[in-house]
Amino acid sequence: MAKDEITKGYRLVGTRPNRPDGLDKVTGRARYGADFSLPGMLWAAVVRSPHAHAKIKRIDASKALALDGVKAVVTRADLPTGLEGEDLNLQENTLAGEKALYDGHAVAAVAATSQLLAQDAARLIEVEYEVLPHVTDVDEAMKPGAPVIREGAADYSVPEGMHPNVVRHMEFGHGDVEAGFAAADIVREGTYKTEATHQGYIEPHACVGQMGEDGRGEMWVCTQGHWYIRRMSAAVLGIEAANLRVTPSEIGGGFGGKTTIFMEPLTLALSKKAGGRPVKLVMSRAEVLRATGPTASASMDVKIGMKKDGTVTAGQVMFRMQGGAFVGMSPIGEALPCAFACYDIPALKHEAVEVLANRPKAAAYRAPGSPMAAFAVESLMDEMCRELHLDPIEVRLKNAAKEGTKSSYGPIYNRIGLVETLEAAKAHPNYAIRLGPNQGRGVASGFWFNHGGETSVSLAIGEDGTVQVSIGTPDIGGSRASIALMTAETIGIPYENVRVNVVETGALGVNEPTHGSRATFASGKAAVEAARQAIAEMCRRAAAEWEIEPEAVEWKDGAAQPAGPNAGKFPPMTIAEIGAKMGGTGGPISGHHETNAGGVGASFGTHVVDVEVDPETGRTTVLRYLVVQDAGTAIHPAYVEGQYQGGAAQGIGWALNEEYVYGSDGRLQNTVFLDYRIPVASDLPMIDTVIVEVPNPGHPYGVRGVGETGITPPLPALAAAIAEATGARLRSLPMSPPKVLAAIKAKRQA
Amino acid sequence: MARVHLWSSLRRFADGQEMVEVEAATVGQMFDALARAYPGLAPAIAAGLSVAVDGEVIANSRSAPVRPDSEVFLLQRLKGG
Repeated sequence: MAKDEITKGYRLVGTRPNRPDGLDKVTGRARYGADFSLPGMLWAAVVRSPHAHAKIKRIDASKALALDGVKAVVTRADLPTGLEGEDLNLQENTLAGEKALYDGHAVAAVAATSQLLAQDAARLIEVEYEVLPHVTDVDEAMKPGAPVIREGAADYSVPEGMHPNVVRHMEFGHGDVEAGFAAADIVREGTYKTEATHQGYIEPHACVGQMGEDGRGEMWVCTQGHWYIRRMSAAVLGIEAANLRVTPSEIGGGFGGKTTIFMEPLTLALSKKAGGRPVKLVMSRAEVLRATGPTASASMDVKIGMKKDGTVTAGQVMFRMQGGAFVGMSPIGEALPCAFACYDIPALKHEAVEVLANRPKAAAYRAPGSPMAAFAVESLMDEMCRELHLDPIEVRLKNAAKEGTKSSYGPIYNRIGLVETLEAAKAHPNYAIRLGPNQGRGVASGFWFNHGGETSVSLAIGEDGTVQVSIGTPDIGGSRASIALMTAETIGIPYENVRVNVVETGALGVNEPTHGSRATFASGKAAVEAARQAIAEMCRRAAAEWEIEPEAVEWKDGAAQPAGPNAGKFPPMTIAEIGAKMGGTGGPISGHHETNAGGVGASFGTHVVDVEVDPETGRTTVLRYLVVQDAGTAIHPAYVEGQYQGGAAQGIGWALNEEYVYGSDGRLQNTVFLDYRIPVASDLPMIDTVIVEVPNPGHPYGVRGVGETGITPPLPALAAAIAEATGARLRSLPMSPPKVLAAIKAKRQA
Repeated sequence: MARVHLWSSLRRFADGQEMVEVEAATVGQMFDALARAYPGLAPAIAAGLSVAVDGEVIANSRSAPVRPDSEVFLLQRLKGG
C-alpha cells in the first residue's frame, strides 16, 4: 500500500480501526429516517402535479377531509407570504403557488391515521390545472419562442437581449485568448452534453415533524445538515429558528442531495393543523426521482489550442446549464472555475449561462459542476492528444498546475498534488497492461475546491478518562471514525476510548452541513482544537495537585507530566486519574471550538480506466479502474479508499447509463431504479485506489477532504476509453449501449 | 491597498475595470468598500460571494483578514455536495 509507506510519525492517524457504526448497521440497529416513530403519529402523503408546466386554478380537498381518519390538508394558502430570494424558492418548491413548474411539483399534502389512508386521501384532492407549454432541454429553453417559465427572473448579471429563461450569466478569464490560439499548432472545438443525473442515495427522504399551536416544533430527519433544515423550514413556515429543534437520523447516502429541504416543512405544517400530533412523511423512489434535486444538465462548447509537443496555449468554454425552474440552482459558478483548474494555461476565457427549464429544483451533487466541466474539457484534451499521438499523462504533466501556478480562476495555488497523482498513475501496473481487441484505455484528471465553513464542536472528558465528542456534521462517509482517530491521537489515548456523536441543533452552535468534503477537515480541525483546550485544562488540574505552575506541566501519552528539571518529580497523572477526580478539582472538563474553518486544501485526482465494448450491442464492460487522488493525509485509509471507489462508481453510472428521460409531455419517464439505471455491484470491477499524500498545511494533520473529486474524472476517462475501443467519440452522456452502437455504425459508414 | 479582481460580468458595474483597489482589513470591510465605491456591485455582494485572498478560497467569512498587499479574487458563492 502506497499510503501506509508514506504516513509516518503518528500513533493512530493512518490506521484502519473498526468503524464505530459498523455493528449497528450490519445488525439493523442503526436508525434511519424512516425508522423513527412516535405515539399518536400521523402519516402524510403529497399530491403532485402530473404536468410539467400548468396554472393551478383550483384545489378542492373536501372529499379527502370527509374521510374518517384524515386530520389535515395543507396547500400553499397555509404558508406565509412575502418571502424573497432563496427563501421564496424553497417555499415555492415545498408547495406550488400559482403554477406547477415541473412534473412532480408538490401541490398539496394530507395527514391521516395511516399511510394507506393518507395516500387514498391524496387521490381524492381535486386539482384543476390549465396546462401550459413546457420546455425541459437546456438548449431548447434558450431559443426564441421557448415558453417563458418565470417572467422577470433574471438577476443583475444577465446582459440585455437574452431569452427570459436565461437567469444568470458569468464570464471571466485571463490572457489574450486569440493570441493563444494563433500560437497553437492545432485548435480544436467540440460541443458536449451531459444529462441530469440523480444522487441516487439508497435511503429516500424521510422525516417526522411535530409542531404545536404555540409554534414550537421538533423534527427527526434524514439530512446532511440539520441546521440548514432548521433555517430553511423556519423560513418557509415563518417561524423562529430557536423554536425548532432538529435531530438527524443515521443517513443512507446524500451526496449533496440532502443539503436542502424538499418536503420536510410539510410535516410541521400538517402537525400544527392536526393539533400537534407528530406527522411522518417518507418519500417513494418515484417521488425522490421526480421531485428532489438531481444535478443540472449541461450543454458545453469547448475550444483548445495545443502545440505539437502537447503544450496548451489557450482554452475557451461556453457552458449552458439548467437547474430546474428555480434561479440559482445550476452550478455554473463551480463548473467554470473547475473547467481548466488542472492546468497552467496562459490564456483562458470562461463564460456560462444558467437557464430555467421545467424540471425539478436541482440540488448539489458531489463536486457540483465539476464532472460536467471535466467531461467537456478533458474529452477535448484527449481527442487532441490522440490526434497528435501524445501520451495523455505526459501531456497533463506538461501542463499541470502546481504550487505557485496562477489557477484558471485567479488565485495562486499553494501546495497541491496533481503532479503526484499523474506520476502515480503513470507508474501503476494498470497503465502498462496490454489491451486486446475492442478494448480501450482512458485517462482524465479532476479537481474540487473542498470547503471549510461554519463549524462548532464540543468535547467532554468522562470520569473514567474516556472522551465524548459532539459534532454537528452528519456522518455520511466515515467522519466519526476519522474524528475519533484525530482526537485520540491528539490526547494520546486509544481510539476505542473516544466516542463521536452527531448531536441535534440544540446542543451546538450552527454547523453547516456535511458538504464540500468538509466534515473530516472542518469538524476534525475543530475537534483537535477542542481537545487541545481540554488538555490545557487537564494540565492546570495536575499543576494544582502538584502545586506547581501550569507552564511546568506538559501533556504526553495521555497523561500530564512535569516538564523540565525545575518542575519537580511526580509520576504522570493519566487522563483517567484526572477524570476520576475532576468533580473535586474544579468540576467538569471539556473543550469547545467554533470557527468558520479556513486553511482548505484543494484536491486533485487522476483516473485510468480500461473498457471492452461489444461491437454487436454497444455494451461497455469496465475491465479495470484505477483512482489516484491526493488526500492530504488519509486519517482512516479504508474510508478514504471507500470515498474514491464511491466517486468512481457514481461517475461510471453517470457516464454509461444514468439519465433523466422526459417524454414529449414533459413527464419523467424513468421514475424507478429499474428504469433509472445506477450501477450495481455486477456492473463494476474492483476499483483500485492509490492514496497520494501531499499534506495540507492548513490542517493540523494535513487533511484535504476526499469526498468529491473522485466523481469528476470518470466521465471523460470513460469517453476516452470507449473512443479507443471503438474509434467513435461520444460527446453526449450517457454512453448507453444504443448510443454507443449508433456511434459505431456511423463510424463504419463514414 | 488590496487589489480586488472582478470577473468579467461584474466589470460593467465598476467602470469596466478588471481590478480595483480598496482599503480594507477584513473581507467584510472589503465588501462594504466595494459596495460604497461601486453601488452596482451591491446586488452581487448581497446575493453572496466567495473570495480567494492570497490563494486561499474563503467561502463565507467577513472576518477573514485582508492585508494591504493582498490579492483578492471574487468568486461565485461556492457550494459542495
